[in-house]
Amino acid sequence: MEKRELTCIGCPMGCQITVTLEDGEVKSVEGNTCLKGDKYARAEVTNPVRVVTSSVPAVGGEIGQVSVKTAGDIPKGCIFDVMEALRAVSVQAPVRIGDVVLADVCGTGVDVIATKNVELKAR
Amino acid sequence: MNRTKIAVIGGGPAGLAAAIEAKKAGEDSILVLERDRCLGGILNQCIHNGFGLHTFKEELTGPEYAQRFIDQVRELEIPCRLGTMVMSIAMAEDGSSDKIVTYLNHEEGLVQLRAEAVILAMGCRERPRGALNIPGFRPAGIYTAGTAQKLVNIDGFMPGRSVVILGSGDIGLIMARRMTLEGAKVQAVAELMPYSGGLKRNIVQCLDDFGIPLKLSHTVVNIEGKERVKAVTIAKVDERNKPIPGTEERFECDTLLLSCGLLPENELTSGLGAVISPVTRGPEVNESLETSIPGVFACGNVLHVHDLVDFVSQEAAQAGRNAARFVQGQAGETPTPDIRVTAENGVRYTVPEIINPGRMEDTLTLRFRVGAVYQDIYESVYVNDRRILHRKKKIAAPGEMETVVIKKDSFDQAGEVKSITVRLEEE
Amino acid sequence: MYDVIIIGAGVSGCAAARELSRYDLKVLVVESAEDVCCGTSKANSAIVHAGYDAKPGTLMAKLNVEGNRMMEQVCQDLDVPFDRIGSLVVCRSDEDRSVLDKLLEQGRQNNVPGLRIVDRDELKEMEPHITDETQWALYAPTGGVVCPFTLTVAYAENAAANGVQFMFDTCVDQVIPTQSDTGKFFVLETSKGQLQAEVVVNAAGVYADRFHNQVSKEKIHITPRRGSYNLMDKSAGNHVRHVIFPLPSDKGKGTLVTPTVHGNLLIGPTAVDIEDPEGTNTTAQELDAVVQTSGKYIADIPYRETITSFAGLRAHEDGHEFRIGEVEDCPGFVDCAGIESPGLTSAPAIGVMVAECVSKILNAEKKMDFDPLREGVLDPKTLTPEAYIELIRQEPAYGNIVCRCESITEGEIIDAIRRTPGAKSLDGVKRRTRAGMGRCQAGFCSPRVMEILSRELGVPLEEITKSGGESRIIVGKDKFAG
Repeated sequence: MEKRELTCIGCPMGCQITVTLEDGEVKSVEGNTCLKGDKYARAEVTNPVRVVTSSVPAVGGEIGQVSVKTAGDIPKGCIFDVMEALRAVSVQAPVRIGDVVLADVCGTGVDVIATKNVELKAR
Repeated sequence: MNRTKIAVIGGGPAGLAAAIEAKKAGEDSILVLERDRCLGGILNQCIHNGFGLHTFKEELTGPEYAQRFIDQVRELEIPCRLGTMVMSIAMAEDGSSDKIVTYLNHEEGLVQLRAEAVILAMGCRERPRGALNIPGFRPAGIYTAGTAQKLVNIDGFMPGRSVVILGSGDIGLIMARRMTLEGAKVQAVAELMPYSGGLKRNIVQCLDDFGIPLKLSHTVVNIEGKERVKAVTIAKVDERNKPIPGTEERFECDTLLLSCGLLPENELTSGLGAVISPVTRGPEVNESLETSIPGVFACGNVLHVHDLVDFVSQEAAQAGRNAARFVQGQAGETPTPDIRVTAENGVRYTVPEIINPGRMEDTLTLRFRVGAVYQDIYESVYVNDRRILHRKKKIAAPGEMETVVIKKDSFDQAGEVKSITVRLEEE
Repeated sequence: MYDVIIIGAGVSGCAAARELSRYDLKVLVVESAEDVCCGTSKANSAIVHAGYDAKPGTLMAKLNVEGNRMMEQVCQDLDVPFDRIGSLVVCRSDEDRSVLDKLLEQGRQNNVPGLRIVDRDELKEMEPHITDETQWALYAPTGGVVCPFTLTVAYAENAAANGVQFMFDTCVDQVIPTQSDTGKFFVLETSKGQLQAEVVVNAAGVYADRFHNQVSKEKIHITPRRGSYNLMDKSAGNHVRHVIFPLPSDKGKGTLVTPTVHGNLLIGPTAVDIEDPEGTNTTAQELDAVVQTSGKYIADIPYRETITSFAGLRAHEDGHEFRIGEVEDCPGFVDCAGIESPGLTSAPAIGVMVAECVSKILNAEKKMDFDPLREGVLDPKTLTPEAYIELIRQEPAYGNIVCRCESITEGEIIDAIRRTPGAKSLDGVKRRTRAGMGRCQAGFCSPRVMEILSRELGVPLEEITKSGGESRIIVGKDKFAG
């Protein structure tokens, strides 16, 4: 029996969650307020995941950078791989929220998408 | 002179939500004045996720959250002036309750705008190094976390490579992660208080994920470097927040980021003569979020500093609704006396500070902060001697705003309202 | 070969340069920092002293009172903010009253006009926040406050407009008296190569002893005497109405409380002798001391409104006297050394004295075309609304507020950058326009000011500095961190 104490990052409440594991299997999750917390806790002790946000250059844009995020969770261990992959990326303005900036980043099956509208720079 | 019914000062999350709600309440004559070159305010540089869970039931980044409101403003055809700085707000000199808003931009020049109602939504600023009295040199390389955030996220530049952060406010925590992701080494986050000023989730996903130590009860006692920061020394503090000799720890670094609190930007409000709360540093408001000047409303971080933009939007919507009622002549007479809410026993302040029971909507949201970390505590609201709300909290901390919703019904049962009290209780 | 090289672009050096620009001379100012006003001149009390402190008969006393008298005209000619708000030296007991009487007598000997003792009632009327213990005060109506940055910059600009050249980022290592067939001159070994001049003016502040001692057998010694200050927001600026001093001590005039000419509240300085001529760091001890001592005679100082703290170094010469004039055993080498308080007040008189000394040595003639007037950076807030609108129509940059706290426009910042000598850094812009000097201390405006500097100077953003040298603001682009 192994107990793991976690702080849920699902929402700003930050519930203190206790996960009980036996032979690597989750036996119980306590302390969460919602289902999201349960899901987070189970993932966190087996396969932790995160959303990565960053920004990349927007060529020809009225502002120089466009903010981006992974469209869904990626394995926590891949965070720096995703950042590394984004180093080589820039996009051409105009960009709309949701435009795919980098598809299937690092083979995770998750796209990196724009989170800001960037218009073309007025001439 | 130019005229509008409602002038909204600030096009950030508070101003946008207030303008939208005023428009939806049937008011067509609205003008939003924004000093930046785009709408959205500080959300534009908050590219991390975690916004909108309450409002949209999904997790958005700051720019995405802002865009939803910007889109509504566009759809509702609410006029906005960008790159526009409001220089002053004053009462009209003809004895009416109109206000004269003087603003400046490079297209119209210096403009005087006559408004029946004003919604203050100017937001806040960060406490700078100077206000913290940190000893040492004053080289380049010392930035507030928000300035660093703008440099990295909007301009695409790195303000440093090796970083110490003072203060565990949310922006500081977010920047610890952001700088780390961009290749900088964040060596430590020092926090003067024995608890963090930021949200718990941010400690986990911004510090713990990257092995960045959070040093509670620590402060910066020296900054070295004549031209650029060369080293920062931190030390543990005693219960009076004085550094304890012998506990110094020196970090060689090129950057010190500061996340030591936000201050509502109320210079315009003071200029207008509105009463300012010494606790929140925002204007005192009543149940309608109206300041001591009739027809001047306030919402968002200019009123009191929030942790969550969702609550800013809610609060601003209320201000927008009430501003519309005011200009439409529906604010009503004041049927009962104003009651000043008493904040006591661990409750530092409440917003609103004043409630007129006769003008209350069916429900009223009271927001407040506690003065220390409490566990298994009850939040109670009394009308006269009658307890109308009693709610258990597993944990309450100064870094997280508390919210209680009280019902007009429960007031009616209490008879003539003489006092309203919000306090923490052990049982 | 220059006729004159002035070492140091502080207020003394720049005042001397401007007064020398009245003559038909080839003058160069060399400065180790990137701009004028980077040493003692930028971090002091910004007071125009009445002149009762200095010992009667000293050069310090004479130049203080002369400088005070000249300040009005100089600030008018050079468009410098100056306000003669009057000063008070307060004391807390009847025994201390004798010290005030002594100061009063000293002031009369120094020809300070209008001095008188005021009693508690009148004092309370003048300064409502005086503490209950405070009994008497010496009132000097000629005391005042000035903007030390603008005064220095204005002297430099007017000197430049009248032909003086400036070299920045140039560190003088050695001053070598040299003899050639045609006569005596000086060779200056600098970080940017050799310079030559017939006359050298030594206005090097805390470094003035170094250059003096290179050329003279009679050694002098200057101690950097550090003073720390707290500056409060404009919301606190009317807490006092006059410059208020405690009784003076052997270390100086004590910790004062004063409104600044721009309406902030300033308290300080401490007085701590140090070794390092670059030691402008603050310490917790000294910052505490500023608060402790000021609270003794002014009540309820709103310390919570502090927006910055800083420290400056006074160039304290062992004899506590200005040393101005040609060095006896080194003809052509003119000292302007030991300029500590009341150096800022005395600057107009120091400038004239140095210029007279140098012009005699060189037998220089006055120019016909000297222009004594300088126009400051235009503050559009001083215009009528109509004139402001017209200005924005012609120059839209005056419609863009960059610094929110001080309401400084892009137009003002561009003006400050395009002048000679112009701003090249954030601090240079700050000292000339006040952008970044407000309550947020440049948090909001620094990225914008960097953009404008980058555009105007034609240098990449990465090269923009806070104050020259290695003080770069950003270290590179995202994603390329190594």
